[in-house]
Amino acid sequence: MQQSNRYIIIFTLIMTIVVGGSLALVSQLLAPAQKKSIEFDTKSQILKAVMDISDVDDILSTYDSRIESLVVNVNGEEVTSTDKGPVVAENIDVAREYKKDYKDRLYPVFKFMNKENPNQVEAYIMPVYGAGLWDKIWGFVALKSDLETVAGVSFAHKAETPGLGARISSDEIQSRYQGKKIYNESDRFVSVTMVKGESGGGDASISNFDDKPHQVDGLSGATMTANGVNEMLKKYLDYYQKYFERVKSQGV
Amino acid sequence: MSTETLEQTQEVAVKKKSEDFLSKRRKKILSDPLNDDNPITVQVLGICSALAVTVKMEPTLIMAIAVVFVIVFSNLIISLIRNLVPNRVRIIVQLAVIATLVTLVSEVLKAYNYEMFKVLGAFIGLIITNCIIMGRLEAFAMGNKPYDSILDGLGSGIGYAWIILAVAFFRELLGSGSVFGFEVWNSIGLSGMPNNGLMVDSIGAFVVLGLIIWVQRSLSGYVEN
Repeated sequence: MQQSNRYIIIFTLIMTIVVGGSLALVSQLLAPAQKKSIEFDTKSQILKAVMDISDVDDILSTYDSRIESLVVNVNGEEVTSTDKGPVVAENIDVAREYKKDYKDRLYPVFKFMNKENPNQVEAYIMPVYGAGLWDKIWGFVALKSDLETVAGVSFAHKAETPGLGARISSDEIQSRYQGKKIYNESDRFVSVTMVKGESGGGDASISNFDDKPHQVDGLSGATMTANGVNEMLKKYLDYYQKYFERVKSQGV
Repeated sequence: MSTETLEQTQEVAVKKKSEDFLSKRRKKILSDPLNDDNPITVQVLGICSALAVTVKMEPTLIMAIAVVFVIVFSNLIISLIRNLVPNRVRIIVQLAVIATLVTLVSEVLKAYNYEMFKVLGAFIGLIITNCIIMGRLEAFAMGNKPYDSILDGLGSGIGYAWIILAVAFFRELLGSGSVFGFEVWNSIGLSGMPNNGLMVDSIGAFVVLGLIIWVQRSLSGYVEN
């Protein structure tokens, strides 16, 4: 069956309108639900850095009652609005900020408040972002109120090797960071590094990481991912240094 | 005059016969792709996603449901408009229908199961290029009635689904020691069972899929010619 060109053009036009219209409609209808699931996902990731969320029933209300957020720049000054309008920490896309020069980025801080005393900060949660072996890795680091001790971390990845680098998103690896210090004895920033190899790996002198405040056990077979994590932590915690100094000096 | 009416009644009779809800012919449409004409193991279509999403059972199940949904509804829609579709642009029309349905699935998943959307995101989009679906539209829905097309879609979809679920079952069991996240080895007292790292890699999928194709073909006696 051979139709005229006119028929074909009219047919495709109608098809385009119907298809486009229905997709636009669906996208509009589902937008609120999508926004809610993305919000839920972000907030559970933030909370995961400081607490075990597997037995928390209502992530959103927990988040609202315990978290206070703000945005700072690289100089540690609070940013409340840019020329594009007011800034909300939860809406900052860390991946997009990552593409800018580090001096121009916006850095969200999520303060985890004490349950009994809502004015007292229990932990500071900062997003981190970087490159793994195959693709991007990201997460959140929580520091205790002394801004020195790691309260917890939560890492996620896009395409690290399953069973090797992908282990960074497991609780087993993340719990290794708890209690580590990001400053050395003379108060110099040193970050926390993951060593090469597992259970001390090639370095037999390390048999126990409990007395190594700046190091955690490595990932066997995933040194490149571990390097990415180290780099990410070091860079991002460094970007927040000015803010940390300000908080310490003001005691806020 | 009298012969004409006779012919007419005969025609009606034939029609009525074929409208059996599940006649033998229709059962065959439905069951053929499950085994004798399986899209993956016999036609070797849709291999890409069969390899990519089958690390764990849960995402595989979601993927299977998504593919069944897309294939059934695109078959139905194309079959309904098959006489209106201009022949010269039929592939584009088929593609538009598939792409619309896939986008729909992806949007719904994003709204109601964000966790799975993060795992499957890219692969849901790639259903568009799944050759099984376009193959069915071109080979079946363009020339058959809507109800038959639904059955055909269902058959092909489930034929695809059971194979990828089988692959995922072995990959998750051997690669992660669990099924649907349930720790199998631990619960039967074999906690020392090591995981096979090969199985979580796509190489493992090749091996498992190859074995399944071998077993399935030797059972059904299918020979490539």
